[in-house]
Amino acid sequence: MNFRTLLAAGVAAVVAAGFAASAQAGATFDAIKQRGFIQCGVNTGLAGFALPDSQGKWTGLDVDTCRALAAAVFGDPDKVKFTPLNAQVRFTALQSGEVDVLARNTTWSLSRNTSLGLDFTAVNFYDGQGFMVAKSLGVTSAKDLNGATICVQPGTTTELNLTDWFRANKLEFKPVVIEKLEDVESAFFSGRCDAYTTDASGLAATRAAKAPKPDDYIILPEIISKEPLAIGVRQGDPQWANITRWVFNAQLQAEESGVTSANIDSFADSPDPTIQRLLGKTPGMGEALGLPETWAYNAIKQVGNYGEMFERNVGEKTTLGLKRGLNALWTQGGLQYAPPIR
Amino acid sequence: MTMDVAAAGTAVRRGSAFNDPRLRSIFYQAVLLLVVIGIGWFLVSNLIHNREVRGIATGYGFLNREAGFAIAETPISYTPSDPYSRAFLVGLVNTLKVSILGIILATLLGVVVGVSRLSSNWLVAKLAAGYVDLVRNIPLTVQLLLWAGLIRVSAPAPRQAANPVPGVFISNRGIQVPSIENNPIFLWVVIAALVALVIGWGIARWARQRQAATGQPFHSFWVGLALFIGLPLVVWLAGGAPAAFEIPELKGFNFQGGWTLSPEFAAMLLGLTVYTASFIAEIVRGGILAVSHGQTEAARALGLHSGVTLRRIILPQALRMIIPPMTSQYLNITKNSSLAVVIGYPELVSIGNTIGNQTGQVVEAISIFMAVYLFISLSISIGMNVYNRRMSLRER
Repeated sequence: MNFRTLLAAGVAAVVAAGFAASAQAGATFDAIKQRGFIQCGVNTGLAGFALPDSQGKWTGLDVDTCRALAAAVFGDPDKVKFTPLNAQVRFTALQSGEVDVLARNTTWSLSRNTSLGLDFTAVNFYDGQGFMVAKSLGVTSAKDLNGATICVQPGTTTELNLTDWFRANKLEFKPVVIEKLEDVESAFFSGRCDAYTTDASGLAATRAAKAPKPDDYIILPEIISKEPLAIGVRQGDPQWANITRWVFNAQLQAEESGVTSANIDSFADSPDPTIQRLLGKTPGMGEALGLPETWAYNAIKQVGNYGEMFERNVGEKTTLGLKRGLNALWTQGGLQYAPPIR
Repeated sequence: MTMDVAAAGTAVRRGSAFNDPRLRSIFYQAVLLLVVIGIGWFLVSNLIHNREVRGIATGYGFLNREAGFAIAETPISYTPSDPYSRAFLVGLVNTLKVSILGIILATLLGVVVGVSRLSSNWLVAKLAAGYVDLVRNIPLTVQLLLWAGLIRVSAPAPRQAANPVPGVFISNRGIQVPSIENNPIFLWVVIAALVALVIGWGIARWARQRQAATGQPFHSFWVGLALFIGLPLVVWLAGGAPAAFEIPELKGFNFQGGWTLSPEFAAMLLGLTVYTASFIAEIVRGGILAVSHGQTEAARALGLHSGVTLRRIILPQALRMIIPPMTSQYLNITKNSSLAVVIGYPELVSIGNTIGNQTGQVVEAISIFMAVYLFISLSISIGMNVYNRRMSLRER
């Protein structure tokens, strides 16, 4: 091959790469259908939300959220590939198309909506930031933490809330900022920090799974922030955004209507129009989303309604032992409210 | 020579410009340049286009916005209400702090180990060899995690802090030592020390010239040292000898007051020093072995004992071999300091990552890293090249 052919080949390759790159900016949902599975970004290992078991099978609330999406789109909850992401790379992974959807304890905030080019479609867990300390310190309130050294993960809203709260209360603290979740947890349990701060659910998960003796640690009563942990997608594909929003809403509606994975088939002849629309007996909802009419049926049958997901992963019978609290349905005094599926 | 070849080329085949070697080389260089620029332009425009399509903000305007997060170690004043640019600056100062100290300590340790490896004392030589083999073959990240973990686990909690000397406390929050309260006289003490350095340099120059002319030696080192210690001492005494210490005190959770050496900084400095010293030791050993053994024999024949032989005959010659590879070790220390992110020492990359994540301006943050590391590395290279030129063999 002489130089001129080599050069021509090089130019052709560069031009071809250019076309490929511009074609990639197309719809996310088309790419998912073509690929045959969903790529879902989850936490690197947080009990109750996303944790691989000894067989490498992922479990958790965020994991189930993605499995429900796969059930709705493909009729098979296993058609999903999980990508563990730390706090710092999660947005880049979503922006660059490495994952299609982010269900990773991610707080919905204005600046993430605007400057990161993301859409948050549904809040799958209402959380708030808290503090965990060793009982031996004798601290009973976060207001006693003046001068404390506090372990925190970087690049999170947690880090900003922490600073805001101490500034607002005119207290001092020293941060120890460590990127990996396991490293920040071990720094706290080794005594490097007086307190560890993250979302209250995360504190419960860390205490249950990682503390040498869970009873030696307490979670302080103050909740210092609002942390609506939401499902994130990148902007530019409204159809995919709608699917992630409405599959979750369908699971909420199922709980409200009393439909569970176990009893769903007994509702086949239900006269309730809401349930008929939900289960696809009255067609139209699936078509509007670009999905088969069995979308919600599959998600509920194969993964469960929201209440089932909650109790199975983080509820009172699990090691985390969380109460429904803000995550109860609106009919029971909580915030979980599905807009009408019609 | 080249002109002859070129002339011959044109003479043989004047007809085709493409066969003119000079024109052809210019043509190929132009093509290569175009390809490089083209690829660069494609990558940048692709990036800008994709970010626009995905609605991601671009530009450096975010640097003036309030940072809103706290930093553990701030050698220069910083509060969360300062802008992001200030946070970057804090990171840069922390990077420089650990790099410069690391370079000094690694050089000292490396030279000692390198020389020890060549020692005729069997135990010393084997210990040095074992150190080099062990440390050089374990990845730096692993060593950093080991040091950080060791310090965190083995040091006591602040309430049980070890107190070896009054006013000094060792705990898993770091080492606290008393600090000297600031006083304007200290500025003059520093100035006096600088003046002493300049005078000392002048004396050394004069002594060298005198020795070259008359052969009479002069102990300029000891005179210089006496000046360097004496002059600032006189200034300090003249200023009323202020010595108010701020003793660290356990208040609430942590020690307040005094100077703190944090565990993260200590782990980082230890890790960089121990790791890089093993490479420097090998460079030093190689440099010494490269000096012909005849030099040692000649020195011994003149009656110089082994210490003087090493200091005056071997090391100055070995230095020529040592400086260029040493430059790359110094660059490595600076670049490896970015591994601090795994143990939580707030240097440039650690803080920059946080900023990138809080603002979403990851590409901008990384471009700042690149510019800063390029600047630091080029500065080290230029400095070392100047030193190398001064030390190189001048053929007369």
